[in-house]
Amino acid sequence: MVKNMEKIGQFERKIAEEEKIEPKDWMPDKYRSSLIRQISQHAHSEVVGQLPEGNWITRAPTLRRKATLLAKVQDEAGHGLYLYSAAETLNTSREEMWDALLDGSAKYASIFNYPTPTWADVGAIGWLVDGAAIVNQISLCRTSFGPYARAMERICREESFHQRQGFEIMQTLAKGSEEQREMAQDALNRWWWPTLMMFGPHDAHSMHSQQSMKWKIKRQSNDELRQQFIDQTVEQADHIGLTIPDEKLKWNEERGHYDFGEIDWGEFERVLMGHGPCNQSRLQARQKAHEKGAWVREALSVYTAKEKRGDFKIMEREAVNE
Amino acid sequence: MNNDELDLWEVFLRSARGIEHKHVGSLHAANAEHAMESARDVYTRRQEGISIWVVRSKEIHASQSEDSEMLFDPAEDKIYRHPTFYDVSEKLKL
Repeated sequence: MVKNMEKIGQFERKIAEEEKIEPKDWMPDKYRSSLIRQISQHAHSEVVGQLPEGNWITRAPTLRRKATLLAKVQDEAGHGLYLYSAAETLNTSREEMWDALLDGSAKYASIFNYPTPTWADVGAIGWLVDGAAIVNQISLCRTSFGPYARAMERICREESFHQRQGFEIMQTLAKGSEEQREMAQDALNRWWWPTLMMFGPHDAHSMHSQQSMKWKIKRQSNDELRQQFIDQTVEQADHIGLTIPDEKLKWNEERGHYDFGEIDWGEFERVLMGHGPCNQSRLQARQKAHEKGAWVREALSVYTAKEKRGDFKIMEREAVNE
Repeated sequence: MNNDELDLWEVFLRSARGIEHKHVGSLHAANAEHAMESARDVYTRRQEGISIWVVRSKEIHASQSEDSEMLFDPAEDKIYRHPTFYDVSEKLKL
């Protein structure tokens, strides 16, 4: 008992002094399970996040855009891998996390349950969705768990081009023909509110927030991060002459921030509960990819077993003897 | 077959000539060749390295945090191992 109190004391001292917690350190079970939940959800989001944009790789308007989009989608796969590795240091397995995604029990960012019917959606995702993700992830570079913080730093470094290429697409469309401008505006109209929902419920209604803030897993609250994103994005939209679809959006001199309208939390809940426009097709796409990759995993497994048994050495010897 | 059957590997990169290899992360792979190919895809998409080391995680022996005092505290009071411990004139090139 005394020993346990001592461990908790040590853990809390490290948190207070901004020392990182590393995988082999003692940590409260709840700290461990919160991190596993958050990091694996984050990893799933990177992986599922490939789907809406992957939809446009074969139809990108120029070779430059196609190369960019391919690189971006490949990055998202890599980011998923960094995060799965970070979660695994907490004694969960890749397979457990993967199973939870495939059987629908794990969550991923709801934003990826919205469709990408036009090319402008690729621009809007890069500009807004990646923009929002970066605001969140820059904050998470200071998270208290070492492996998570390191994954975040690497991801932030790689992601800055994601947002810039998206903004560039929107800028190009906004300067184009009337039809192209309308396409860009329509994409902004559809992605704006779901992007604001990415930051999660208001602080007062956020289930996990308080404890996570106390343990410095999260460093800034949902509302704080959302405000930061809005403040920086308004100017960007003005710059390319697009209108953010919120009549209540207005600079508040006193607060030093933009005021904005209320988010439709009913929609947030519906998509979260699996009733968004693409929840089913996203999950099916993941399941199908997993099934289609079964033969690769099987071949690897057989090859590894043979290698461990030394079959290949025997074959080499026989080849020499012949 | 699942990923648990694939060993965990640690990846080290040398970013430029004259610099040591540095740990960058981990991945699952069936063998060294597979680990090398995956490390190249996952960790060097932006010319981060000119050389890769991969090693099975289970081959790494790590010191335990409960041994930290025993291992590292003895160096704490040996400040005479640092040049600033010695009292010599600032003017001289010492």
